[in-house]
Amino acid sequence: MFFITICAAVGGGMVGIMEHLIATLAKYVMTILITVYTYYSFRVFRVKDKKGQNKLYFKMTAVIFVLHFIGYYILFMEIKNQKLIWLYLCEAALFLTIILVYQEIYPKISRLLLLNMVMLLSISFVILARLSFDKAVKQLIIVAVASLLCIMVPHAIQSFPHLNKYGWIYGSLGIGLLLLVLLLGKATNGATNWLNIAGISIQPSEFVKILFVLCIASMFSEGTNFIRVCAITVMAAANVLVLVFEKDLGGALIFFVTYIMMLYIATSKPIYLFAGLSAGSFAAYIAYRLFYHVRVRVMAWQNPFGLIDDEGFQMSQSLFAIGTGGWFGLGLNQGLPTSIPVVESDFIFSAIAEELGGFFAICIILIFINCFVMFISISLKIDVAFYRLLSLGLSVMIAFQVILSIGGVIKFIPSTGVTLPLISYGGSSIVSTIVMFMILQGLNLRDKSDMKMNEKEIEYIN
Amino acid sequence: MKDKLQQKKQGKHIIYVTYIFTGLFVLVIGYYTYFMLAQSRDVINNTYNKRQEVLAEHVLRGEILSADGKVLARTIVNEDGSEIREYPYHEMYAHVVGRLLKGSTGIEAIENIRLVTADTNPLDNMLNELMGNKNIGNNVVTTIRADLQKVAYEALGDYRGAVVVMETSTGKILAMVSKPDYDPNEIESTWAELIEDKAEESPLLNRATQGLYPPGSTFKILTTLAYIRENPLYDNYSYDCNGEISYKNMTIHCYNNRAHGEENLKTSFAKSCNSSYANIGSHLNLDDFNTLCEKFLFNRQLPFELPSNPSDFSLHTANSSVKEAMQTAIGQGLTLMTPLHNAMIAATVANKGIMMKPYVVNQIVNADGNIIKKYPSKEYATLMTNEEAKILSEMMREVVTDGTGSKLKDMDVEIAGKTGSAEQTNKPAHSWFVGYAPFDQPEIAVSIIVENKGTGSQYAVPIAKEIFEAYFK
Repeated sequence: MFFITICAAVGGGMVGIMEHLIATLAKYVMTILITVYTYYSFRVFRVKDKKGQNKLYFKMTAVIFVLHFIGYYILFMEIKNQKLIWLYLCEAALFLTIILVYQEIYPKISRLLLLNMVMLLSISFVILARLSFDKAVKQLIIVAVASLLCIMVPHAIQSFPHLNKYGWIYGSLGIGLLLLVLLLGKATNGATNWLNIAGISIQPSEFVKILFVLCIASMFSEGTNFIRVCAITVMAAANVLVLVFEKDLGGALIFFVTYIMMLYIATSKPIYLFAGLSAGSFAAYIAYRLFYHVRVRVMAWQNPFGLIDDEGFQMSQSLFAIGTGGWFGLGLNQGLPTSIPVVESDFIFSAIAEELGGFFAICIILIFINCFVMFISISLKIDVAFYRLLSLGLSVMIAFQVILSIGGVIKFIPSTGVTLPLISYGGSSIVSTIVMFMILQGLNLRDKSDMKMNEKEIEYIN
Repeated sequence: MKDKLQQKKQGKHIIYVTYIFTGLFVLVIGYYTYFMLAQSRDVINNTYNKRQEVLAEHVLRGEILSADGKVLARTIVNEDGSEIREYPYHEMYAHVVGRLLKGSTGIEAIENIRLVTADTNPLDNMLNELMGNKNIGNNVVTTIRADLQKVAYEALGDYRGAVVVMETSTGKILAMVSKPDYDPNEIESTWAELIEDKAEESPLLNRATQGLYPPGSTFKILTTLAYIRENPLYDNYSYDCNGEISYKNMTIHCYNNRAHGEENLKTSFAKSCNSSYANIGSHLNLDDFNTLCEKFLFNRQLPFELPSNPSDFSLHTANSSVKEAMQTAIGQGLTLMTPLHNAMIAATVANKGIMMKPYVVNQIVNADGNIIKKYPSKEYATLMTNEEAKILSEMMREVVTDGTGSKLKDMDVEIAGKTGSAEQTNKPAHSWFVGYAPFDQPEIAVSIIVENKGTGSQYAVPIAKEIFEAYFK
């Protein structure tokens, strides 16, 4: 009821009042909407009955579409570009398609994860349309293609019988791709992790992430004795080192932490966790002494304003954006996000904080937490080691990337040059994230059908 | 079965991992909140932050006020809704208050964001915004005293130069004047003319903070300090002045070639004897002198909010000649100083050797008058001992009682200071005076320079007199 009131108020408010009032009102309304969505997303965990959950899912879906609409309405009011209408319609259609088609093909899919994914994508689309129409279009096409192709992924996870046996293949393929980039890649923004194929830039390390987790999960599922651990560690270290040589520090860090967590869980021995973290700190310290570009990032983190003319410019502008935006934001198209270098990818969170506000930004973090909690609950339910490790690995990888990305732009930690999953502009990042989400969906389904199978087997035996 | 056991075992550790990551997420949210609440206001108030125009659309720019409550800058809203920034005192505060158009300068620039931020009740602000009204920005309260600024401004008259008045115990700038100046209200219409600057006056330059001049005899304060530090028996210094001193093919003259006769350190200083000080300069350890001056902020950025030029000093045993040393000791040579810097040095002597950081913004208040932020006075460093400060202050007192500053002798308040006449080739000298009062319990220090007019005692000292009279009325 409360919900319909909001929609009516929003609808009524939209019709024929001054643009200024709408733009100001929109700031507050959008903040309220995402807060409501976030609240529902956590409420779903408490509500146990199907009917209650479905009601929540329906409300959450409605919020996504209303928020998306308001965003584009404001943009159209501000920018007055006809093509925005087409972009909006395509995106809305895509969201509808994703939600309906996935639910149709996989009735038992996690609707929470699906909706969270769509919500984050919709925020990404709105802010990208504000930052750069062309990039928004490119992002839309990539997301459309990726989400359609990924329809097969949950099924593949459910049905491929021996995914766990190809550890060495995953591993070699992964290292191979990384080496390929090291040798042939071109440098962008200081990191040599891009490949140019037929005019399209791709970042293979994003895909190697998936191969890496598959590899580690596969190898650990076969045994966790000390020898194996050493061997696998060497392989993981090789991956991390190649990334360090490519100057992809963020990537190296993500791979490393994911590995340590998987190692810890696989062996269930906390000693590996502590040893790993200590080794990591030590390695980070060495990297700091050895590599100039590491020192530059630390300098920019410690004193961005003193170095504002040079190394600290990006961080300073990011903080100006976040700080000036305040809790409710300056409003879409009212701020100066373009003063931040690389704002469409690594620093997109700052643009959102600047124009949509601090409350909005924190809700995004909460939605990511929500996804992470869901990922973990999937991991806990799985009874087969390989799939459990796979699930955990992907969960940790995504969560850590979010922490690195957001932490870096608010100056909590030095900037590590990683994108924000599902929100940053970047084809490889978005495709690999969607694939990861779908793998996790598949694992969630697999568990459910496994249960079904076990029940049938028990019935049969009985 | 084995599977189930493993699942349970790993499950426990998965929960721990969950705690770790949730903890990290919470830390991120926590830091974000901390940044917003504790740091953002100061961070965004940076001249590199170009978002003030956006803020200015929703907030009416606040006022800049003198310490005694006079409005130095405000925004007038016309009937048609357009806004104009008005400077009621026209040229008088041009450089310190600054301007917004054609490049922002002065306090308008450094407190830019604060002036277009409304730190009044957030709920009221929200309602105002929704009703389409502008909120009212914060006001900046400066340390400048309008009464003193007026006196300094009028005393400098038609001369070119600068005046700085500082509170010695706090570093507060009570007055800052630079001439030639311009009327910031007319900046749009006079811009082309100001830039062309046919008369080569540099009206847009804040001479107090950015004008670099040879300090002339005012530099003898530091020369004396260097000498005292190297010679514990400085009391025994004696020199017989016959009006000039020569070294190789260079001759340095005392003013008007006057022969000062038998002098000790005190009388050399009081009479500003160039020969005696050139003599001192020729015997100083130059590297130590260099270190001392750099400690006194030569070749360094001054710790002041407004932009300033570093003063220039360079003498090294390795590559400086005796001739350079002699010239430098009397404040000629390559040395250059800003009037603000000179004021800080005089204030340090007055403040028993502790140099305070100069500052011009005292506090920020919101539109309701509540203090949002207070800028406290801060020490820069202790640059000389109590003893050294006492010696120098007595010498500076003698300048007034028995030397070149005697025009200030008959005043009710006891003043200490140093005159300077920085020679210029083919032009009259720059006229300097730095000093403070009262001698035994100092309150304010002044630094005055009048360009190209003559001696310090003839031009700068009378200005100091007016300022001291006004302050100690």
